Formats: sequence, C-alpha cells, structure tokens
Amino acid sequence: MPPPLQAHRLLISHRRIPTPARRRFSAVSSVQSPPAKTLAPGPAASSILSIRESLLSGERSAAEITAEYLSRIRRTEPSVRSFIHVADSEAVREAEELDRRIASEGKDALGPLAGVLVGVKDNLCTANMPSTGGSRILEGYRPAYDATAVRRLREAGAIVVGKTNLDEFGMGSTTEGSAFQVTTNPWDESRVPGGSSGGSASAVSARQCVVSLGSDTGGSVRQPASFCGVVGLKPTYGRVSRFGLMAYASSLDVVGCFGSSVSDTATILSVVAGHDKMDSTSSSQNVPDYASELVSLDSLESKPLNGLRIGIIQETLGEGVDSGVATSIKAATLHLEQLGSVVEEVSLPSFSLGLPAYYILASSEASSNLSRYDGIRYGRQVSADDLNELYGESRSNGLGHEVKMRILMGTYALSAGYYDAYYKRAQQVRTLVKKSFEDALKRFDILVSPAAPSAAYKIGEKINDPLAMYAGDIMTVNVNLAGLPALVVPCGFVEGGSAGLPVGLQMIGSPFSEVTCVIADI
Amino acid sequence: MNAGLFFTTLHRPPLARFTTRAESAQATEPKAAPQSIQMATKEAAQLKMQGFEAVIGIETHVQLSTVTKAFCSCPYNYGSQPNSTICPTCMGHPGTLPVLNEKVVECAVKLGLALNCEISMTSKFDRKQYFYPDLPKGYQISQFDIPIAKKGYIDLDLPMEFGGGHKKFGITRVHMEEDAGKLLHSDSGSYSQVDLNRAGVPLLEIVSEPDMRTGIEAAEYGAELQRIVRYLGVSNGNMQEGSLRCDVNVSVRPFGQSEFGTKILLHKEGQADQIVQETRLWDESSQKTFTMRKKEGLADYRYFPEPDLPEVVLNNDYIDEIHKSMPELPEAKRRRYENMGLSMQDVLFLANDDNVARFFDSTLEHGSDAKLAANWIMGDIAAYLKNEKLTIDEIKLSPLELSELIASIKNGTISGKIGKEASPYFVLILVELIANGGTVKAVIEEKDLVQIADPAAIEAMVDKVIADNPKQLEQYRAGKTKLQGFFAGQVMKASKGKANPVLLNKILGEKLNAN
Ligand SMILES: [Zn+2]
Repeated sequence: MPPPLQAHRLLISHRRIPTPARRRFSAVSSVQSPPAKTLAPGPAASSILSIRESLLSGERSAAEITAEYLSRIRRTEPSVRSFIHVADSEAVREAEELDRRIASEGKDALGPLAGVLVGVKDNLCTANMPSTGGSRILEGYRPAYDATAVRRLREAGAIVVGKTNLDEFGMGSTTEGSAFQVTTNPWDESRVPGGSSGGSASAVSARQCVVSLGSDTGGSVRQPASFCGVVGLKPTYGRVSRFGLMAYASSLDVVGCFGSSVSDTATILSVVAGHDKMDSTSSSQNVPDYASELVSLDSLESKPLNGLRIGIIQETLGEGVDSGVATSIKAATLHLEQLGSVVEEVSLPSFSLGLPAYYILASSEASSNLSRYDGIRYGRQVSADDLNELYGESRSNGLGHEVKMRILMGTYALSAGYYDAYYKRAQQVRTLVKKSFEDALKRFDILVSPAAPSAAYKIGEKINDPLAMYAGDIMTVNVNLAGLPALVVPCGFVEGGSAGLPVGLQMIGSPFSEVTCVIADI
Repeated sequence: MNAGLFFTTLHRPPLARFTTRAESAQATEPKAAPQSIQMATKEAAQLKMQGFEAVIGIETHVQLSTVTKAFCSCPYNYGSQPNSTICPTCMGHPGTLPVLNEKVVECAVKLGLALNCEISMTSKFDRKQYFYPDLPKGYQISQFDIPIAKKGYIDLDLPMEFGGGHKKFGITRVHMEEDAGKLLHSDSGSYSQVDLNRAGVPLLEIVSEPDMRTGIEAAEYGAELQRIVRYLGVSNGNMQEGSLRCDVNVSVRPFGQSEFGTKILLHKEGQADQIVQETRLWDESSQKTFTMRKKEGLADYRYFPEPDLPEVVLNNDYIDEIHKSMPELPEAKRRRYENMGLSMQDVLFLANDDNVARFFDSTLEHGSDAKLAANWIMGDIAAYLKNEKLTIDEIKLSPLELSELIASIKNGTISGKIGKEASPYFVLILVELIANGGTVKAVIEEKDLVQIADPAAIEAMVDKVIADNPKQLEQYRAGKTKLQGFFAGQVMKASKGKANPVLLNKILGEKLNAN
C-alpha cells in the first residue's frame, strides 16, 4: 500500500505567506512509482535537477541517460504503448551532440533542460517528425515547423524522445480514441491512463521520459495526471502559446505539462510559457521562474500555510463521486488545514451547468477547426470522381467515430436557427461560470476538488457510453471555461489494481497565479 | 444571414433578381465601370421601357495593397508562380494561427472614414464556414455582425453626358476579410489545381444600400469607389488583377410598387411570370450575361466569433491620426474645383483621376491660372496621352514647366492659340516638353524654336505664300475673308511654327487687304 500523507513531502509556493522556515527547495521529492512488476521504476528522485547534476559532475553523459530511458521504453512500451512514434535515433544523436558540446564548450553551454528527455503529445507539431494528432487523416504527416512550446524546450536543451498517444485530436478521456493504439495505465494494465493526454501521463508515470507536454481543453492534462499518479499542470489560458498545437477548441485549448514532481512540472512551465508573436491569444504577462518559488515544508509545527484560504468546491464531493476519491480529497484538505491554512466549503452554483456548455462550445469550435482536414493539401486523400465525394470519403475514412460525432454536434449547434439556443446560450453559461469562479477566488486563494470523480477505470468500460465518459469531465471542464490555472497532484490511493490506484487533487488558482498556487506533492 | 442579400428577400420582394459577378478574365479595363455594371445599365434601360425599375445594390471586394497578407507574413504579388508565396499558416496547416496585420485595420479605418461611416471602436472577426478547395482552413476569416465600419454614404457627380447631377448613395457596411486562393482547371476538365498565393490576402468588402436605380448610377458608384481606394492608396483598384470585384444585386419591380410587398404577392406573381432568382455571370467576349447559378438559397455559413483573434479595439487617437493622414478625396476636390469657377465637365475630368488632379493642383501651386491650366491639361496634354496611351505621371512635362508655359502665354511672350486652334509653335514646345522634358527656355533654345519676331522675315514669308496661292487670294478678295486662317496656317507651316502669331496676323491682314 502507498505510504500515508507525509508532511515533509509537501511543497508549497506562496509569496504572501511569511514563513520563517521558508527556504529555496533544491531537492525534489518523487511521485510514488507504479509497481515494479512489469515496469522498472527509475531512481526515486528522477528529475531535471538530478540529470543536470549528473551532467555537471560528469557522473553520467547525456548519451548514457538517453540510453537508459530508451532501454526502458523498449522494455515497457509493449505493455504501456505511450508512444505513437519513438524518435530513438534522433534522441541518441542529439544526446551525443550535447556531450560533444559539453566536452568542447564546457558546462556553461548547458541549457536549463540539457539532456532532459521529453515526450510530446502527438497533437503538437514537431518538425520533420510524424505529427498525427492520433488521427488516420494525418497518418504520415510531417509538419514543416516545431510548435512554439516544443521549440522552446529544444532551445533549452531538451531532447524530444517521441510523440505520445492521445484520443484523436484531443477528443476523449481515455486515449482509447486514438486511431493507432490503446495506451494502458502503468498502475494497472487493464485500465485506461485517462485522456486525452493519456500517452504523456503514462510515459512520465512509467518513467519512459522525464517530463512531457500535453494539452488540456476540458481536463486532458489533469484527469490523466490523476489516473496515472503524476503531476499535471493546466496553465492559465494564454500562458503558453498554442502555435503548433492542432486546434480542438481554440478558446479552451492550453498546452500543459506533466512531471514526476511539482518542481519538474514548474521548470517545464517556465521554459514553455510566455508571449509568442505567432499566437495573438498568448499573454504577454511576465513569466516567473516557477520552480525557484517552491519551498519545502519541514514540519507541521512551522504552519507554512498559515493564512492561506482554501475553498473546497462543495459540488465536487457529492453524488456521483467515488467514495474513495472523496475520502482522499478530504484527507488531503485536512492535511492542508494542519499546515495552517483555513479550509472551508464553497458553493459554485453554476458548476453543474459547465459540462453541457463545455460540450457545446468545444464541439462547435471543433467542427470549424477540423474543417481543414479535407484531404486536399496534406494528409489522407481518397481518390474520387468529384469534389464532394473526395471530401466525404477522405473525411469519413480519415476521422474516427468520436471526432465525427463532435463535428456533427458542433455543426448542429452553429446552424442557422439553432445558434442562439445552443452556442450563444452556452457562451452565456460560460460567462456565469467565469463569474462564479471570480467570486469564489475573491474569498479563497485556492479552490480544491478531485481531478476526476473516480480513479482509472477499465479499458472498454465507457467506450460505448459517451455520456458516461463526458460526465467524468465534470471536475475539470469548468476550469477551462473560466480559463484558470489548475494543478493536479497525487494525494492518495483507492482500492484497485495490484497496489491501489492513484487519486489526484485539483488546485485551482486565479489567472496567472500558477506561482502562488499551493503546489503540493503529497 | 448574408447581409448583402437582405434587401432582396425581406423588405423589397423582387419580381426577379439576379446577381452578376465581374470575375471573368477581362481583356481591357473599362474607363470606369465594371462590366457587371455595364450589364446592369443595359438591363435597366430595357426594364424602364417595360414599366419596371431596377433596384440595385453593390457588394464590392477591394484587395488591399499591403506588403504582407492579412494573417501571415507572406507577400502577395499578382501573377507570381503558383504557390510561390505561401506558408503553413495561409495553407491552413495543422496548428497554425492567424495573426492580424495591423495595416489591414488602418486601411479599413481609412476607407470607413472616406465613406463617411461610423467606425466601430470594438469589432471582432468571425469565421464564415464552407468547403471549397481554394479555402484552406474550411472557413474564411471575416466580420459578421460587427463590421469595422457601417452606416456611411458616398457622394458623386454623374457624368455630364448622362445629364449630370449630384448623388448620394448609402453604404451599409465595410468589413475586413481574407481572400481565397484560385482554382486552375485543366483544359480537359479532368482535374483542377489549387494556387494558394492569393489565400489570406486582405480584402475590404463594401456593401452599398440598394439606392441605385440605373446602370449609370451603379457604374458611377463603382467608379467613385475605385477612385477613393486609389486616392487613399489602400488598393490599386485594378479590375484585371481582381483587386476590385463587384457583385451587383439587381431586383426588379414595377414603378410605384410599395416597398413592402407581401410574400403572397411575390409568390403569385413569381409563378405567373415564371421569374427565377439566379446568379448571372458577365462574359466579356460576348458582352452578355449568362446563368451561373439558379435558385440560390440562403447558404448557412455557420458564422461564429473567431476564437484565435482578439477583438479589434480602437481608440480616438488612433482614428484621429488616420484622419489627419488622409489625402483630399475626390468629392472634396470636385467641390474645390467647382468653387474655382471651373465647369462641371472640367471638374469631373480633373478630379476623377488621382494623377491628373495631382498634376493640376501642382500646376496651380506654381501660380497658374486655373482655367488656362485646365484647358491645356484637358486639351493637348490629354490628346497626347490618349495617342501615346500614357498616363499623366508617365510624361516628362512637369507641372512647373506647364505653369511656365502658361505664364509665357499670359504675358504675351508666346501665343497659345491662333484663332481657336492651338498654335503649332506652342504645341511643338509642349510636345517636346512632354516627350523629352527640360525647361521651357532650354527647349526653345536647344531645338532652335526661338520665335521669329522679325517683321521683315515674316513679311517675306507672307509675300511668298500669297504669291504661291493666287486662287485663294482671289477668293479672299471676293469676300471669303475666312481664308485668312488658311494663309496664316501656310505661313506658320513655312516658318515651322516659329513665326510670332501676333505679328504674322497683323502683316498678313495688311497684305491681304492691301488693294
Ligand atoms: Zn502565408
């Protein structure tokens, strides 16, 4: 069984809290690894910092580190199937190049992510590397450019080790919606890793890469982070450039990060965040060094969270929520209270309205965003006698069931005569949701809830019941509607699998408060 | 849904309606009127005879001459190799996002102000969705319910040959959008190719109120719009290159029919008269329209706000700045010229061409008399331009030298005219200046065009001409005094135009009337 909550493994970052005991945190605690039966766990403190220290001390070369991860990928990939594409030869070449540079230019040449192997969700464009979005219609497609987030990682020295599996174009909550393969949960092979960024979450969980990028439109980073027991961060809308992210729902999409520790996740965010002239919706707000804001908690006596106001969203612990999940969340909040914070329940009356509004808005935007996959300029083209047949055949063969369903829903919602009843009304609901979060965040520094109503469920369990799958997104979609940042950290376990199944605590902050969020690793 | 069609469907039930699109390949550009408008002129004239009147509204697409496209940094040059100015963004590749070229907003505000519109301090972009191979994203970024400018009008003066008169036509809206690419069909018709060079090029769509009743009005509306965009420098307004495209909506109704007919009436009459609603295409070679699309229903473009672009928010300083930078527009120019005492004929000629107006204004700045400058520009200079197929900014004559020339006529140094004809001597100098440039003084010296002002020399020439033409002399003396012009011309010819016309006429008169 997993260890109980341990105070010393809780990291926080909160600028406003005067803590005499506060100090910069340099070592990173790790997430509980999945059982080692099929997956060899990495070193306990596998992290960006330990890689950096290895390279700096000369203890290990980038090539050795890369070889270690690649060998683990070879061993675990047959059962986990996190990757659609593994860029092994490129990774080896880049690592060797890095080693040569360290030899010739010295250690000053090390970028902040030098030698860090990252997995990149396959809906993020990578130059000259397959980028399919998990869709047949883009099978074999190789973009001409790197997504901004990917480019920034590479510029910081990171090595892209491969493209991770996802529900087609990000539409799904299990990664079963991939056109290519089903990814499994490293904690229990018979279960889903969550979705849509399931491959990115499982890859970090199985230590196939150090950190990974995902995308979050309605919970696609947070829910798989919870299912796979890793840290997942959905930044504020606009915090990270969407340039190069295959659009699902443009007004909701955010590039997010996964790591095995809060520190790693924060480091990645610092690298990828910031204004991008290629994305007019990206924010020009200053990007702090998130990781350096972290402080450790040595003891309960220090009450490091003194004065922090935490609101538990009432609506997220009621009916429909797995009792084990609710127990874990309550235990976590109790713990937060012991650390000095003031925990109260808060009601967000519009909470239940968010889910239908989300599905209308996301589907509407998707129906438009996916029009470009028409078989004309790139991707799969079915040869046909006339234009309509070309469109019809290319799209019906190239796009999967769930995607087609959402395109149809979205097309319907935007049609003349229905627009006001669906799209416009959903936008009104979105305004309400935003408002209710704004109000709550005036009273509380942080709002907490589960990241999902249950732990990881069985593969195939909800595949024929889309409504049940959609309902699972209830915890996360409101945050996208409101554009807020949210962090998911493992906070406990429920019965299941051979060693229990992880449960994630979702912490929601004010816009651009990524740094003032409590960042806990329980 | 389509704002451009509103008046034909709701408020003014038509008996017939057709839309033309001047998008066929065109051999020559008309002086002013788009072909579609020429067609409307013909149709309107026929209708009038049959007791009907036309109700005409025009949607115009103006392609902006910005350095880069609307939402990416590709350039656009008409006639480039297919698919040579494209990038992942304007090809609609996965993950790409539009970034608005601020010049597009500037051009839109300029045109909005020029058309006396209300400028929307906050406007937004929307997606207009349909599938077509020349539309890379499957939607066009446009503006739907909040255009950047609306509720304006255009002032114009109808040409004198069509009776003249000042007109004011309403402008419903001006909005920003992007152009689509082009389909190139194979000769065999078995395949088509897509050229995306034009995809993403910025356009302004200008929708007029259905205020025009005749083809002439429609033609002048188009011509005035073309002048305005050229004056503003926002577009070259060139129809052959597709920089200016007009969709003309024409509905037909009997004279005197109330504006708000009922649907039943429409339906009944529609059936009885077998009238169809269709889109007709103008064919330049046959000078006719033919059916392009029948029974055009209202397409559902599923417009919704473009989530990739923030709202366009303007402030008063920005608008004031643009206002200040704007040149004098055709209407203001026409009123100014009119106030100088020029005839409307002159006013229209001078003001309606940006280059001519600039030349004229510059000539005036050098001190010339407006009427004289107008006469020379509209007379010999215009004739020369027409002959040589040149525009006024392509000739070497500068406004300064024209004003010098006019000054020397005015102070009597040279005579501009003999009777009603331009003096050949003067024309020689003018042509030399137009063709080769230089100063008035230098041309006279270099080309040995110094005027012959020696009475004895002129007298000798006069004598010779009289001696050579005894028959005409006889007729003159028999009372046909008009022949003095003939003699003067012969003397001028003999002097290669250099004889001082005042002296010439004086001596010639004396000699002819000597007996
Ligand atoms: Zn481009």
